[in-house]
Amino acid sequence: MPPLLEVQNLHTYFYTDGGVVKAVNDVSYQVGEGQAVGIVGESGSGKSVSALSILGLVPYPGRIVEGRILFEGANLLALSDRDMQRIRGNRIGMIFQEPMTSLNPVLTIERQLTESLETHLEMSRGAARRRAVELLEMVGIPDPHQRIKEHPHRLSGGMRQRVMIAMALSCNPNLIIADEPTTAVDVTIQAQLLELMKSLTRELNVALIIISHNMGIVARYVDRVFIMYAGKIVESGPVAETFRSPQHPYTLGLLRSIPRLDLPRRDVLESIPGQPPDLAYLPKGCAFRERCTYAVDRCAEEVPPLVGVTRNQQSACWQAPISVTKESAGK
Amino acid sequence: MNAAQDTILRLEGLKMHFPVTSGIFFQRVQGWIKAVDGVSLTIRRGETLGLVGESGCGKTTLGRCVLRLYKPTEGRVEYDGQDITDLGNRDLRPFRRRMQVIFQDPYASLNPRMTAGRIIGEPLAIHKTVADREEQRRRVLELAEIVSFHPSMLDRFPHEFSSGQRQRIGIARALALNPEFIVADEPVSALDVSIQAQIINLLMELQQQMGLTYLFIAHDLSVVRHISNRVAVMYLGHVVELADSDVIYSDPAHPYTQALLSAVPVPDPAVEATREPIILPGETPSPLNPPSGCVFHPRCPMAEDRCSRETPEFREVRPNHWAACLLTPGYDQAPPVKP
Ligand SMILES: Nc1ncnc2c1ncn2[C@@H]1O[C@H](COP(=O)(O)OP(=O)(O)OP(=O)(O)O)[C@@H](O)[C@H]1O
Ligand SMILES: Nc1ncnc2c1ncn2[C@@H]1O[C@H](COP(=O)(O)OP(=O)(O)OP(=O)(O)O)[C@@H](O)[C@H]1O
Ligand SMILES: [Mg+2]
Ligand SMILES: [Mg+2]
Repeated sequence: MPPLLEVQNLHTYFYTDGGVVKAVNDVSYQVGEGQAVGIVGESGSGKSVSALSILGLVPYPGRIVEGRILFEGANLLALSDRDMQRIRGNRIGMIFQEPMTSLNPVLTIERQLTESLETHLEMSRGAARRRAVELLEMVGIPDPHQRIKEHPHRLSGGMRQRVMIAMALSCNPNLIIADEPTTAVDVTIQAQLLELMKSLTRELNVALIIISHNMGIVARYVDRVFIMYAGKIVESGPVAETFRSPQHPYTLGLLRSIPRLDLPRRDVLESIPGQPPDLAYLPKGCAFRERCTYAVDRCAEEVPPLVGVTRNQQSACWQAPISVTKESAGK
Repeated sequence: MNAAQDTILRLEGLKMHFPVTSGIFFQRVQGWIKAVDGVSLTIRRGETLGLVGESGCGKTTLGRCVLRLYKPTEGRVEYDGQDITDLGNRDLRPFRRRMQVIFQDPYASLNPRMTAGRIIGEPLAIHKTVADREEQRRRVLELAEIVSFHPSMLDRFPHEFSSGQRQRIGIARALALNPEFIVADEPVSALDVSIQAQIINLLMELQQQMGLTYLFIAHDLSVVRHISNRVAVMYLGHVVELADSDVIYSDPAHPYTQALLSAVPVPDPAVEATREPIILPGETPSPLNPPSGCVFHPRCPMAEDRCSRETPEFREVRPNHWAACLLTPGYDQAPPVKP
């Protein structure tokens, strides 16, 4: 059986006055039915744009210049706008990273929820209203009967985020793409929301893509993780193995930078030296090279492909497999 | 050191209530959202006070009152010994330069028609702290560099950036004027952990060099522990616990703080498998209709009968450790005074 979602050689570029921003630069991955995968990586590395590409929502002047996106066997890039809209409403639920950019400021929360229930699930006004309140209750908004009548700007950051989650769940999707779904909620509600999504994957076989900077969430809720840097996936593998023995120097640097509650406090946090590249002016060779302590001459010449380095792990690094001593992993 | 001098910000009985109205032509007030409902605390010069708590408990609203972006419904805001509660915009201007904010929602707080470079440079131009364009340009480049922002990206507009890049524009803007006090509302929530580490190190470095004071609002408790000297925990409009950062984490007094800490996911699948979060029963109560007595009692695993009748005061239950819980050891002996 083919996987639920298959992204093949996706290239999404922005054609700006200042140059071509290669936001997604040859990305391929798969998500099976009921599988939970995580995408983590550098800020500005193309995580959100790759999600928007799946949904056909890349904003101008962006364009998918190459690649295929197969969802339930159909190539999404070949669909008409109308069919794509139906997929967005019915099959794929999207939780956008910044709620205020996707919630309509002049409509009440109620209207935003009922609108999609009415159009996509053909519910009556009354049924849609009841369902909308139910959904808000599910995501833990107190006093949903009252709060549903509010406009987005009167809600707290985390409440807006939960409204987004309610909207994504409202259409009974097969795939949920959650782009930083819980950055504005506290850890107890975060746990509640992620448990809710995770239970959908278990009970209804819904697949889940979680994009997150929070390594704790990734460790707890996903099976497989993809690490992105400068528009590319630089490492992938089962989450436990990847965290235990990362196979790309960037992943290693990320894991070392995390302040941890279960370990003693350090004076200064470790971080990866240097600056992330501008995707409009990518250097030749490996984009991470200038910040990498493992770099060799070859890294300046050739872009390393993503290839298997252990039984389950892939890495895009000429130096892989890299061995990590306990001490250097930041423990 | 003189205690009054040591304090940069003092809040006394601060309340911020928002009306809930119905009707379009004749708006009737149906009730009040008690977003902040009686908060008293002080922030010391040069410290970082972490502010954590449930989503919707009033953290952002509190921060906005502190900066006088809102006029509080009740209570007092004192900055550097001066009562600023009732000041109008004109009188606030000198304070605005000394106090800066990093907003929770970067997109909504950046002017979509300005390039990143102009946004960062704007405060410099408004407050005329640079001699000429050239100096402004140099300062903007310097600021871009310290937030890991590629200089070639300064000519782009906010919508052309990723969330984390936008967040960094907001941070650079807040730092532009060398302020003495910053309200940082989820300043690193959209950053990958490496850039997050860089920004946190930077904020701490600036603090050491220039004596900056931060009110640091965040949901990531590991980050808060790392950066904060003291931590305040909020629940439904109230500060329910306040203590030194190490103490809050090692020996939390309030049952809400205890539950909160247990829920933090650890970035290590092996450790993660052994942890068991305290799941709080019931739902977050509404600030429209807060529970009687202790606002936390309906969800508190330890609540007794009296918790629904008696409202706990915010007391110093142990030296320098404040909590509002009737059941916390030390509560009954503690003198009921304000911090
Ligand atoms: N409309 C646009 N025009 C030009 N460039 C863009 C546009 N939108 C995004 N980009 C660029 O594309 C790259 C990828 O952005 P994306 O939002 O996918 O990053 P991300 O990995 O989601 O980052 P974050 O973790 O900060 O959210 C960024 O470098 C960004 O500057
Ligand atoms: N401008 C406003 N008008 C009406 N109600 C508001 C307004 N701003 C905030 N509120 C309400 O006040 C309460 C506290 O909101 P606030 O944004 O301060 O919470 P928060 O602690 O910052 O939450 P989060 O962690 O989710 O950002 C919420 O119930 C919110 O809906
Ligand atoms: Mg993003
Ligand atoms: Mg907030």
